[in-house]
Amino acid sequence: MQLIDRDLLKVYQLSSGRVFFQDVDDSSKVKEADSLTQVRDFIADRCRARQARKLARLQVQVDLAKRSAFTLLLSDLSSLSAILSTIAMSLSAMFDFARKDVEVGESAPKELLLEKHADYIHAYEQKKDSYEYIMAEFLRMSGVYWCLTAMDLAKSLDRMNRADILQFIKESQTESGGFAASQGHDPHLLHTLCAVQILVMFDAVDEVSSDRIVEYVKARQNEDGSFGGDEWNEIDTRFSLCAVACLKLLNRLDAIDTPKATAYVLSCQNFDGGFGTRPGSESHSGQIYCCLGTLAILGELHRIDADRVGWWLCERQCASGGLNGRPEKLPDVCYSWWVLASLTIIGRLHWVDKVSLKRFILACQDDETGGFADRPGDMPDPFHTVFGLAGLSLLGDERLKPVNPVLCMPEDRLASASIRVQLLNPR
Amino acid sequence: MTEGDEQHDAVVGSKLLKDDERWNDVTPIYHSDAENAVVPIAASEEFKDAFAYFRAIVQKDERSERALQLTTHCAELNSANYTVWQYRRNILQSLGSDLHQELKYCAAIIEDNPKNYQVWHHRRVLVEWTKDPSKEIDFTDGILRDDSKNYHAWQHRQWVVEHFKLWGEAELDYSARLLEEDQRNNSAWNYRYFIISNTTGFKGDILEREINATLALIAKAPHNESSWNYLSGILLDAGQSASQQVVEFCESLYSDKKRRSPYLLSFMVDTLSEKIDKGNDAKDNVERAVKLLDELQQIDPMRRKYWLYQKRSIENAVQSKIGA
Repeated sequence: MQLIDRDLLKVYQLSSGRVFFQDVDDSSKVKEADSLTQVRDFIADRCRARQARKLARLQVQVDLAKRSAFTLLLSDLSSLSAILSTIAMSLSAMFDFARKDVEVGESAPKELLLEKHADYIHAYEQKKDSYEYIMAEFLRMSGVYWCLTAMDLAKSLDRMNRADILQFIKESQTESGGFAASQGHDPHLLHTLCAVQILVMFDAVDEVSSDRIVEYVKARQNEDGSFGGDEWNEIDTRFSLCAVACLKLLNRLDAIDTPKATAYVLSCQNFDGGFGTRPGSESHSGQIYCCLGTLAILGELHRIDADRVGWWLCERQCASGGLNGRPEKLPDVCYSWWVLASLTIIGRLHWVDKVSLKRFILACQDDETGGFADRPGDMPDPFHTVFGLAGLSLLGDERLKPVNPVLCMPEDRLASASIRVQLLNPR
Repeated sequence: MTEGDEQHDAVVGSKLLKDDERWNDVTPIYHSDAENAVVPIAASEEFKDAFAYFRAIVQKDERSERALQLTTHCAELNSANYTVWQYRRNILQSLGSDLHQELKYCAAIIEDNPKNYQVWHHRRVLVEWTKDPSKEIDFTDGILRDDSKNYHAWQHRQWVVEHFKLWGEAELDYSARLLEEDQRNNSAWNYRYFIISNTTGFKGDILEREINATLALIAKAPHNESSWNYLSGILLDAGQSASQQVVEFCESLYSDKKRRSPYLLSFMVDTLSEKIDKGNDAKDNVERAVKLLDELQQIDPMRRKYWLYQKRSIENAVQSKIGA
């Protein structure tokens, strides 16, 4: 099956895993590669630097034909390309399934490796001189929130350094009242929300000025009810959720125009029942989560057709059990959160197949280092770790604390602060 | 090589600003961690150096050519750092820089980082400033050639079309071309809906044309979620049961067992639901709908609970009708 068809070369991978490539400059020859890595190296050698960087970042997507396995007896490699094109054509004719998906291998982890995840997160926050840590300064606040939430869900929050983190938060608040990713950066709604979430988790909201935060959030709302991420006013329904969630946690929803905020989110609903970034933008699982979360906080879930969006959401489940973000895209563990939380908010969590989804999420664990990756076999990171754990919590794993599907925080922290969000009842 | 030569090379060859005389007047601001930390990777030394000087110029709010070049350097090192882009825009404004040059630079950065929010937003701001959309259609087309589903590219294109009122046949043809290449491209379907709903709307001849085109694509690939979603979407106002052509098409597709996708059956259930709501032949329609939903549980067991829910809803709906 054809993986990459570029102006330089064609790459094929059979279901057996063998990889072949054909140099378009020398189309009579088809060579077998030891691995996809070898192919990428080949490309890098042959192309100009920029082209190689682009290609090297390509995510190779394999269309799996589920109903058939092909075995090829190849005596003559030079006729391979003809054989492969015939296969490609007949496959697409025979199965119009071609759903993008991954395979969950037999050797993938099947149990929750909770201790390893706690160790992974703990170690991640400690390695302050690592290249990765330094590079991530521009999103440090979000990074800290992902790590802390993961640890708290794993019932290990006390392993994190509360004092240091609170100090870091205070240093990140800017004159505008909003919080930046870290000191010296500009404020943004994303990081402002994360800061407030962390403060609630540590029961330390009193240690900063809420009024100033509220002023910053209020200033982000536009005439049409939408919210900009910062003073440069990039508009996105993600920021609607950031704004109302922030104010909900501070009990200050009175500060913004809530009917307009609702109206804007509703204007982002699409013909397929989903929601996008702005009106007319393609429906996307992450954006749907933000819109439903916003409506939940504002008490306006009754304004949408929950069945319609619920069906769009449960259609995100691929044969592997994993969830994707849009039709015909690969599943990714973070969608275990966006989609699952969305379904929970509208009372339709049972519309996904929990067994296969759980299997997919667990397969995304890295059993050596701990942590979750976006899909089985890839490198883990804190972002996918928190959403993998949060997804498992929604699925009822008792080793984890219950998580709130709107605010993505442990329920007990919200209960302590008397914060409640109404969801739709299960149907 | 002598030690002196090595030192010389180290200074001359060094890209570090701390070794650059032209930056002697600036005191770099390092993080306290960095000063004590061991730096195992050469690249991160360059990184720390660049950002230390960046922090310094931000603090003094310097808006000069060298500051602009420094943001170029920092963006190269870490294009997702939003503060760099914000500050760069401040400098561009202060210097009155050539924005068309800047757009070219921005295009190159986007090509290298096509999924980065900050660089796309940067481009949008530039286009807002220049008020010149002339390059944007071709530019997004270029990005979409590499990744036809790039969410940012589609968003940008939609914004350009809407903001500068570039509605027209060309954009409709664009979506048609992409759908011809890959009818599973959900973004292209969304774009088509976007164009039509903001221009002619889905009625009369237009609706008929869209129905025909969609049915033709469904016939080629009945298991494509996007085409079915589009069909349902465009019939939301008129109603699925209103078009005899559509009803017959579904029946003929259904008669071929290999082409019974869950989307087909679900669509047929929705059509029957509509008829039931209108009170037409309730009993027969309910029976058929229930049969289809039982079949759906067989062919799409993953969503068993959803199909059961639909079945319950239909049975409940008819109960209330019979009761009335």
